[in-house]
Amino acid sequence: MSPDPFPLGPPAYPLGAPLVRREGREKVTGTARYAAEHTPLDCAYAWPVAATVARGRVTAVDATGALALPGVCAVLTHENAPRLAATGDPALALLQDDRVPHRGWYVALAVADSLEAARAAAAAVHVSYAAEDADVLLTAGHPGLYAPETVNGGYPGTRERGDFDTAFAAAPVTLDATYTVPPLHNHPMEPHAATAHWTGGRLTVHDSSQGSSKVCEDLAALFSLDPGDITVVSEHVGGGFGSKGTPRPHVVLAAMATRHTGRPVKLSLPRREMPAAVGHRAPTVQRVRLGAGGDGVLTALAHEIATHTSTVNEFVEQAAVPARMMYTSPNSRTAHRVVPLDVPTPSWMRAPGEAPGMFALESAVDELAVLLDIDPVELRMRNEPDTEPDSDRAFSSRHLIGCLREGAERFGWRPRDPRPGVRREGDLLLGTGVAAATYPVYVAPSSAEARATADGGFRIRVNATDIGTGARTVLAQIAAAALTVPEDRVRVDIGSSDLPPAMLAGGSMGTASWGWAVHKACMALRARLRDHDGPLPAEGLTAAADTRQEAAEGSPYARHAFGATFAEVQADTVSGEVRVRRMLGVYAAGRILNSRTARSQFIGGMTMGLGMALMEGSRLDPAFGDFAERDLAAYHVPACADVPRIEAHWIDEEDPHLNPMGSKGIGEIGIVGTAAAVANALWHATGIRVRDLPLTVDKILPRLRAAREGAG
Amino acid sequence: MEPTRYPADGGTVPATEQRSELVLHLNGRAHTLTVDHRTTVLDLLREQVGLTGAKKGCDHGQCGACTVLVDGRRANSCLLLAVAQDGRRITTVEGLADGERLHPLQEAFLERDAFQCGYCTPGQLCSAAGVLAEAADGFPSHATPATADPAAPVALTAEEIRERMSGNLCRCGAYPRIIEAVADAAAHHGGTARPGGAAEHQEATP
Amino acid sequence: MRPFGYLRPAGVEEAVRAAAEAPGARFLGGGTNLVDLMKLGVETPRTLIDVSRLPLGGIEELPDGGLRIGATVRNSDLAAAAPVRERYPVLSQALLAGASGQLRNTATTGGNLLQRTRCLYFQDPTKPCNKRSPGTGCPARDGVHRDLAVLGHSAHCVATQPSDMAVALAALDAEVHLHGPDGERTVAVTDFHRLPGDRPEQDTVIRPGELLTAVRLPPAAPGARSRYRKVRDRASFAFALVSVAAVLEARDGVVERAALAFGGLAHRPWRARAAEEVLLGAPATEDTFARAADAELAAARCATTPSRSHSPATWPSACSPAWRTRPATADPTTARARRRLRPTVPDPPSPTQGREP
Repeated sequence: MSPDPFPLGPPAYPLGAPLVRREGREKVTGTARYAAEHTPLDCAYAWPVAATVARGRVTAVDATGALALPGVCAVLTHENAPRLAATGDPALALLQDDRVPHRGWYVALAVADSLEAARAAAAAVHVSYAAEDADVLLTAGHPGLYAPETVNGGYPGTRERGDFDTAFAAAPVTLDATYTVPPLHNHPMEPHAATAHWTGGRLTVHDSSQGSSKVCEDLAALFSLDPGDITVVSEHVGGGFGSKGTPRPHVVLAAMATRHTGRPVKLSLPRREMPAAVGHRAPTVQRVRLGAGGDGVLTALAHEIATHTSTVNEFVEQAAVPARMMYTSPNSRTAHRVVPLDVPTPSWMRAPGEAPGMFALESAVDELAVLLDIDPVELRMRNEPDTEPDSDRAFSSRHLIGCLREGAERFGWRPRDPRPGVRREGDLLLGTGVAAATYPVYVAPSSAEARATADGGFRIRVNATDIGTGARTVLAQIAAAALTVPEDRVRVDIGSSDLPPAMLAGGSMGTASWGWAVHKACMALRARLRDHDGPLPAEGLTAAADTRQEAAEGSPYARHAFGATFAEVQADTVSGEVRVRRMLGVYAAGRILNSRTARSQFIGGMTMGLGMALMEGSRLDPAFGDFAERDLAAYHVPACADVPRIEAHWIDEEDPHLNPMGSKGIGEIGIVGTAAAVANALWHATGIRVRDLPLTVDKILPRLRAAREGAG
Repeated sequence: MEPTRYPADGGTVPATEQRSELVLHLNGRAHTLTVDHRTTVLDLLREQVGLTGAKKGCDHGQCGACTVLVDGRRANSCLLLAVAQDGRRITTVEGLADGERLHPLQEAFLERDAFQCGYCTPGQLCSAAGVLAEAADGFPSHATPATADPAAPVALTAEEIRERMSGNLCRCGAYPRIIEAVADAAAHHGGTARPGGAAEHQEATP
Repeated sequence: MRPFGYLRPAGVEEAVRAAAEAPGARFLGGGTNLVDLMKLGVETPRTLIDVSRLPLGGIEELPDGGLRIGATVRNSDLAAAAPVRERYPVLSQALLAGASGQLRNTATTGGNLLQRTRCLYFQDPTKPCNKRSPGTGCPARDGVHRDLAVLGHSAHCVATQPSDMAVALAALDAEVHLHGPDGERTVAVTDFHRLPGDRPEQDTVIRPGELLTAVRLPPAAPGARSRYRKVRDRASFAFALVSVAAVLEARDGVVERAALAFGGLAHRPWRARAAEEVLLGAPATEDTFARAADAELAAARCATTPSRSHSPATWPSACSPAWRTRPATADPTTARARRRLRPTVPDPPSPTQGREP
């Protein structure tokens, strides 16, 4: 028998090492290929035609002019496009009928020999409509609002504990405030793109997606194919932030076009069309009511949401859900209402629910701290629950207090003069703010394969997706730790639906879900190797695993990551401009598996939160029914100059109730709480409480002026 | 002064007048190409020449992912009509490294983890290469003090780098790392940078 | 983008002649605005006349102490030019406050002055816009116009002129040199951009076929200080919500010379004559400056009720807690208050002007 390849003792290759991402060299040399960067021979180019009415029907599509242009090979419409079977996502029923549910809905697709010709052809397609009256504006009093049974994530739409009304009425100190978050757009830097190719009855697609297993499954359903006849590759993906979580119109259109024309077809969505085509964070109007005693302990908490969805699909941003587990309160009401409007279908955007919900809740907690004259860090500590309030389950680990303490220490929170508007630096007013963050721990079944090769190496196969998290690297680390071999002996194959199917990169559960399957496969491989005598066969030894059972078992524990975000802002009293000077986040998210890439994810989330706080937001134009701000000149995301010092830290958290790695997700918690921390800091700087994001000049300057004139 | 209107037929241009031949020097190699006048440098690179390093993020000069160097200066290749660049030298991210030896900026981006999804990275790198040259040549930015000597190189403080790199959006939020990486490369580039510019971002790994 | 011809004339005369002979022609400079608008379908030239290589790329000292800036001088080169930084800092600052490093490397002086409005309706050919398609209407008046004009707008147009550079040039009393089929002429920058009136399709007074060849700066006032301040939604790479170019000279605490121009407020760089009047001879104090601003802005009017005044936040007490549940069968659309949306416009032909991008 060969010597035990896995000697006992402490792991020689511990998780957490700051390894450089494996595909880094390809990315900095420009050789990493994204979905639209494959150009098969005879490749044609598609360009979509978007509806220009907000609601109605297509009465005619005149493609004569388009087809007469040189190099144009087809125009697909609802009259000639391939028929699709229904799937769970009606937003993918493209070109199947004449209905226009919102402006920007795709009504035709031009296909041509070149990008230039395709764009010109799309512009030359003449579509006639029977327009109908449309309604695109959400208000908290909209007559169409109803209470959905469940909201995104499968949570109940409404939860009541105790008697909120009585407790609130009796509370010595109360706060009743309404906060709004506008529609927000993911805008990953890589537009949604696909290159699709039918050859010999097989469909091959390079897709910009967060999970090609799901894309494969949905394409199979839509085109009534065997999933085995479809390969979807998402090797490198230029960000998604939720908007590439499930298949989006581009991949379905590309597949229709290649089936229709018999040629490979490439389709990349124009940036301006993304807000209508790929999902958005739905706007929310959020009423928060807090009742507390003079000691700051909450006795009543209500968080009520009004939001919109489209007429195509019900998606309810679960913004009231975090209020069910953040703070102790014997009396609680958390509820959602939604109205279907003639708007594009909302979807996931980084921390759906938590990001907007915690803006409102954490702003409200700050307002309560002001009312009570209690330090906002202290007030949060006083409301720390022993068990998850809504379920009474024990937390698997909850280190919010640790994050607040360490953050306060590192940030230099104390001594802090709580008075607003007293720290001046020339024309600037300065202030600091804090907010808590949380994100649930999810895990989904995945499968993986581990192989020991005859040359002494190891090969991991799992359909994980790297959307920028460094999945290849961290999975190699997980495998190396499980196999107790050096990480450079482990090869990792991800990003293709031909690999063992796995969870998409979303819900901050990618690494936990894939890693668990990888770990399990590696442990099975170790067992096989132990039992194996002599040299390995030429094909090596393979072990496969899936985590259906583990994922289905669930947990008796309430499992969430926590964090605390601190921000210092300056407000220009002359111009009203607000800028963040520095931010610091401290997180408790289980074991951090790669400190280098983890830090980047935390900081990235906080940066998106900075955008949500200061500049991001679009409006539905009541006159036309579309988002007014559709490109990156009108919809501002943070630029380099907006982002000064941002630091992310974490506290060591040993949680045995998670997964073999002991990790919680880290992709989304960075955005949670950040907007509130900034808004709270703005209040501390100026005494101005802005409850509707973003914190733009127009909301601040008039109040600065009024305050000055009032004082003068 | 009545505005001229197009003829009712839309006034098409004869096919022979819709294309031109031109020479572009791409990463040091001359290419003779016949292009549709509508073709941008970005689409030419990506769809016809097979250089897919330069990225299409917005196609309207609003994100910087398509940044390349034209005669040594950074530009948004999505807004450059290829036909108008006849005879110019264009450097893309594929042309930054010296064979297998990475450009100091590429090394710094790797070392600092100055990217996540990587889609904006080629544009960030080409832009940063332009920034190093511009600062060395004394080009001011919005962050340069008005009192700075117009003849002197500009020291690349963190504030200078932030402002100068603001034409390159990064949705993953790698900015703090990008600033560090550019400062590292600037220090390597010839001492025009103050390493302290990035020092404020350095943190120990916990 | 529809197909177009491409010409690269060797000289100014040839360029002007080509423009006269080719209907639907546009001059191409750096292209940062023109190519953008062609992709959007807002500009549909039949011929591009590439003037970027004409010998208009120099910055010359003039005998009177002024400067002559060629139309194809790149924005970044102009901002970096020593005489500009030393004598006209407001111009350098304005240029550097605009766009990005990449765009400034490409954009030209002439093209910058001729860039078109960022009005979101103008940029969308599927919607009405009097500037893009005369006579179709101005949805911005009642629509999304947070960034648009509060001074000098008309019932026909509330667009703003987006150039930062132009604002500085207006405060510096610069002149624009034009070369057309009928010869050369000079126009003050303050007269170059128009107010929209009933012809918003005309951004400037440039005539069909005219080429912008240079900008002339008069000698800088020796004792004056100048500065450009821009307010924007993000710290860099954003158009102005409002900006101001100020050239000021004070002696013994009294304003002796003042030239102010606002950006982001009107269809042209807004030379603030009323403010200047208040400033001249007055003590150089914050109070004076505030009075000057108030004097200028007394005429400011929002086009209509601001679109952001739509407040979704009024929480109806009736809704909570007894929210109704979703009707099981009823069409959820029946309860809705719907409004008739504006029709889309067919694609009318665009006006053609002699315009350098």
